[in-house]
Amino acid sequence: MIPAQFEYVAAGSAAHAIDLLGQHGDDAKVLAGGHSLLPMMKLRLAAPAVLIDITRASGLAGISLDGDEIVVGATTRHADLASSDLVRTEAPLLAHAASLVGDPQIRHRGTIGGSLAHADPAADLPMALLVLGGSVEVSGPSGTRRVPADAFFTGFFETALADGELLTAVRVPRQPGVPWGYQKFVRRANDWAIVGASAINGRIALANMGSTPLRASAAEQALAGGASPAEAAELAAEGTSPGEDIHADREFRGHLARVLTKRALEHLS
Amino acid sequence: MQVELTVNGVLRSDEVEPRLLLVHYLREVCGLRAANIGCDTTSCGACTVLLDGESVKSCTVLAAQAAGQDVVTAEGLAGDGELHPVQQAFRNEHGLQCGFCTPGMVMAAVGLLRENPNPTEDEVREGLEGNLCRCTGYHNIIRAVLAAANGAAEPATAQAEVTA
Repeated sequence: MIPAQFEYVAAGSAAHAIDLLGQHGDDAKVLAGGHSLLPMMKLRLAAPAVLIDITRASGLAGISLDGDEIVVGATTRHADLASSDLVRTEAPLLAHAASLVGDPQIRHRGTIGGSLAHADPAADLPMALLVLGGSVEVSGPSGTRRVPADAFFTGFFETALADGELLTAVRVPRQPGVPWGYQKFVRRANDWAIVGASAINGRIALANMGSTPLRASAAEQALAGGASPAEAAELAAEGTSPGEDIHADREFRGHLARVLTKRALEHLS
Repeated sequence: MQVELTVNGVLRSDEVEPRLLLVHYLREVCGLRAANIGCDTTSCGACTVLLDGESVKSCTVLAAQAAGQDVVTAEGLAGDGELHPVQQAFRNEHGLQCGFCTPGMVMAAVGLLRENPNPTEDEVREGLEGNLCRCTGYHNIIRAVLAAANGAAEPATAQAEVTA
C-alpha cells in the first residue's frame, strides 16, 4: 500500500511548524513518528497534500520537571517515556501506559503528542492523560494555551486542537508513590485495548468505552462516598455507550469495564 | 527529494518521492531484499530493520524520515564471512520454518539484545511481540535468542565439523 502523493517539509522548530500550518491550512498534517498517520495514509483514509515533519524540530522532545508537574515534549517517543527514570518515579502510571503501546518497534517511533492528537479512544496514552488529570500545551498563531485532558478529547478521533495549532508538550502532575492501577484487555499481542481501565487518586478512566477516553464518574462518586472498590466498580459502565465490533458487543464491553475497574482499584502498584 | 542516509555502513544519496516507504527504498532502490513486506500494516514485523540501532518496521517509516540516519538490514549483520551471533543462533537452534519472518525476527532480536543483553524467556517473548511467525515456529526462535544472549551460538566451523 502506497500513500497518495504529498509534499514533505521538515520543520526546524515549533514556530516553523506553526508557520507552515498557517500557510497550508487544511491541506497539511503534522508528522511525528507517523505510526497513526502513515497507516491511515497507506489506506488512503488520509491524503494530506503536505506533511510537516516535526521530529527534527528543536525543543519538542524531552522530559523535565516544572514545579508540581512533569513536562513531556510532544515528540518524546513511547520507548523513552517508558524507560525514563524520572517518569517511572514521578508518574509511574504514564510510564507503564507507554510500555503497553503496540510493540517495541512501534514504541521506537510513536510519540506521546502524536498519540494524544490522534485521539484513538482505544489507545493507552489518552486514557493515561485523563486519569492522571494532565493537560496539553498547544501553540498556534495567537499564542500558547493549556487544555486539560477533560476538555481535550472532544469526539471520535477529535480533539480541542484548533486549525493551525500544534500540540507541543504534555503536562502531568507529579504523583510519586501514589498507588495506581492499570488494566488493559486485549486478545492479541501488540493490540489496542478492547476495554481499558485505570485508576489513581480517586480518579477512574476507561479506554474504548465510547467515542473518547472517559471518566467513570458514577464509580468515582461512589468511591468518594465511601463505597468499596467492588461496589464502585459495579457502576463503571454507567452512562457509557461503547461501540460494537468483532471483538465485543456493548454488553460485553460493559462487563469488561466493571471487571477491569475492580481490578484496577484492587490491584494497585 | 534527495535523501542521504547510511545503509549497512555505506553512505548513500538518492532521489526519492516523499511518499516512498523505507521498505520499498531498501528493496527497490538499494536492492536489499532481506526486509520482507508481510502485512504492510505495522503488525507482522517481517520488514523490521535497525534505524540508528533500534528496531523499526520499515513499512511504516518514510525513506525521508530516515534521512541522516543509519539503517541496518539483515544483509548488513554478517561480517568477514562470519554470521552475526544472532544469525548463528537461529541456524543452530533451527529458529525458522518457512523463513519469511526470519530477517525481521533476527533484526528484532538484535535490537532486543542491544537493549537487554540478558533477557529472561518472558522478556524475549514480550520483546518479540511485534513479530509474527505464521508457521508458529516460536519455540525455536525463542531458544535461538536465548542462546545468542548466552553467547552459546557455536561458530559455523564447529557445526561443520559435527556434520562432517
